[in-house]
Amino acid sequence: MTAVSNDRIEAAQAALDAHVRDIIAHHFSPETGTPVWLDYAKAAGWDPREEVRSFADLIERFDNFDGERLRTDAHEMWIPRAFAGRPFTIFETGGSTGMPKQRIGWDDYKLDYEEFSELLDDEAFPPGGYWLMVGPTGPRRLRLAIEHLANHRGSSCYFVDLDPRWVKKLISSGQGDQAKDYMRHVVDQALSILKHRKVDALFTTPRLLEALGDEISIPDAGIKGVFCGGTEMDPQNVRFLCEEILEGQVGFVPTYGNTLMGLACHKKGFEKENYSITYYAPQPRAVLRVTDPEDSRKLVDHGEWGRVELTTLTHEFFLPRFLERDAAKRIAPCEDFAWDGVAEVKPYAKNEEKIVEGVY
Amino acid sequence: MSAAASDVPHFPVLRAGKEYSSLDRVELTSHRDGSVVASISQANAGLVRRDMRKLDQNTERLRAMPMAERIERCREAARIFLEDDLPIGDGVMQSADDYVVQLSSTSGLPHVMVRANMEKCAFVLAEMTTILRGLMRGMDPGVLDQGFGDHDGVPVWYTPSARALGAVLPSNSPGVHSLWIPSIALGVPLALKPGREEPWTPMRIARAMMAAGFPAEAFSLYPTDHEGAGTLLECCDRSLLFGDARVAEKYAGDPRIEIHGPGRSKVLVGADVADDWEQFMDVYVDSVARNGGRSCINASAIYIPRHGEALAEALAARLAQIEPRPHDDPAAQIAAFANPAFADMMSGAIDAGIEKGGARDVTMAARGGSARRAELGCSVYLRPTVVRCDSMEHPLANTEYMFPFTSVVEVPQERMLEVMGPSLVVSALTRDAGFLEALTTSPLISRLNVGPVPTSKVEWDQPHEGNLFEFLHERRALQRAAGW
Repeated sequence: MTAVSNDRIEAAQAALDAHVRDIIAHHFSPETGTPVWLDYAKAAGWDPREEVRSFADLIERFDNFDGERLRTDAHEMWIPRAFAGRPFTIFETGGSTGMPKQRIGWDDYKLDYEEFSELLDDEAFPPGGYWLMVGPTGPRRLRLAIEHLANHRGSSCYFVDLDPRWVKKLISSGQGDQAKDYMRHVVDQALSILKHRKVDALFTTPRLLEALGDEISIPDAGIKGVFCGGTEMDPQNVRFLCEEILEGQVGFVPTYGNTLMGLACHKKGFEKENYSITYYAPQPRAVLRVTDPEDSRKLVDHGEWGRVELTTLTHEFFLPRFLERDAAKRIAPCEDFAWDGVAEVKPYAKNEEKIVEGVY
Repeated sequence: MSAAASDVPHFPVLRAGKEYSSLDRVELTSHRDGSVVASISQANAGLVRRDMRKLDQNTERLRAMPMAERIERCREAARIFLEDDLPIGDGVMQSADDYVVQLSSTSGLPHVMVRANMEKCAFVLAEMTTILRGLMRGMDPGVLDQGFGDHDGVPVWYTPSARALGAVLPSNSPGVHSLWIPSIALGVPLALKPGREEPWTPMRIARAMMAAGFPAEAFSLYPTDHEGAGTLLECCDRSLLFGDARVAEKYAGDPRIEIHGPGRSKVLVGADVADDWEQFMDVYVDSVARNGGRSCINASAIYIPRHGEALAEALAARLAQIEPRPHDDPAAQIAAFANPAFADMMSGAIDAGIEKGGARDVTMAARGGSARRAELGCSVYLRPTVVRCDSMEHPLANTEYMFPFTSVVEVPQERMLEVMGPSLVVSALTRDAGFLEALTTSPLISRLNVGPVPTSKVEWDQPHEGNLFEFLHERRALQRAAGW
């Protein structure tokens, strides 16, 4: 682990605290504020603008946000007055069934991905080259975000959709064969694009990447960089993707993100750290904490497992202390990011149940 | 990974004979003191799938080796398996004694039972000619060298149905590995998923066969999770699958997969000899308790038209003499539970069955009231248990557990076939020609022993749950003009 000076950690902390004050002032003031938060302050009987002066205060004073509200609240409740009158985009969370969680927004996704673009290597993701996204498009933020990212880099992007809700339904109703056929259908479409068009960069999920790599040599298909996200990636799977699916010849950029957060970047050089990937939230716009499963106000120690908690802090969207359904290891700040990271993210429930195989 | 794990043997994934260290490892602990005794590299499902796409590359050298040579190398492998130091992984060597001690520590089997199972596997290697004669019904195994030849004057042509034999293996008893060994002699490479607690035997057999001169690429070992196991079954043209009733049901009907589910083996006492039931005590005892009652060929039910009570009492008295002994005691007859939770789960299920009424634990009284669960040192055992069931509808009347357990049920002879359900082995104590005919034509029985032969007795010229030769090679029609 490359050391990072205490000065930089403190500076990042100070910047976060200042950002918290700015965001709180924005969402809780009558002029620019958001109905949800104005109502909250009224009911709570205290003024966050007075009492939340730092990120630590925010953790202390706000409880875990109930994500169910994102399914039921009228969108109007979530429009900051500062944005009144501007049409918004509605984004939905990943593979949920039933009424999805929704987040409305304006420019956040563009800002997040423009920032992210700075971290991409031009060799693996050549500006002006073509992109292909194979994965959940539909109502997801990711779809517009990837196109914006490509455009921002002077590129255009092809899309092949994968509907994860349908896959979930097929699997939960025991139609595994149908699910396989559907995946095959998705892969076939991607293969046709790759066969007939020149594609330089790919965004996809680990599983689809594996399925594509089973059919063709990805470097031979001309792909120079793969940007991957959507599901958990344990070190062995990452190594397998890098060494065997990408044949050690293609840039690999794993990310962790969702509609509510944006996207977290990985720390470079994971190949030298046994492929354990550490992600760092786009602080101060979002903060990830690895919390004690018993008491999410407490953090676990560095290197320990805990439950991931997200706080989103933008002028468009304030979401305090939302508990994700993910478990991760808490990792210390590093040279590139002067705040805590999360590593080896996996579904939270999986952490609890140890599956015991049958007797035989 | 913990510091302790670096000092213990590491099982790599074997990818067509090449060692591969995974970043995902599982630690295997001794059931006696919880100490880590091995770490096992886990293959991710994608890796299994990727390797299965290259299977064609692994068959060539094995098939180029003539049958006679393969049989000879198997014989050599038997000696190596029993005697030599063999690598596990990363250059760490294992002696035969190490193997016994290590497998005992993770499986709960006493040393004497590990050695007996070791002999079983070695026998299959050494006597491959006998095994193949049984599987191929006396046909010259050399026919497979050309693919075609002659069998009793009939021209035959066989082609391999699989580029590899996949197997999802159990952890219960190492003797089970004797089942896949002939695959190599039959010219079909292996892709094995060892049982979670039993990486020892597949690795040692594979290493012994490689040391005997078989091409390394014919051996792939993939310790993996459920998804990886599913991938293996999906990608192999032919597979053996060991599992419980739930697993067996999931894959039932897939002709590419030979399922080894619960055995539910039985001893049936015919009406003609029922009054002489006492003469067959050794048959009952061996059927129920040999190999610690761990095998699918151990009897889990005894049906008799009358004298059920007396038989149950007498059997209980015999089995009650079997007590847990230290793992290195040559007289040990039962195995410890590698996972004590399974012992509690099974014992609890038996008690729950008894509480429903209509069944009682006869062994309890025979033991003078001592409990079914026993502890010796840090190991947990279940003492042999005989349950007398009032009717064959009772849930305990047709259930198998991984220790010496049987039900004794009075069933009229004419109803036995109707109620017994699929039974891997049936030992039929009867001379009644009509009953024997009904048994021999029944589709429910995989192996029929006629007369006082325990269910646990294995004759090696007979197939076990399907015929591996027919599973791996398909006979096709060939008509040749003279001189062509």
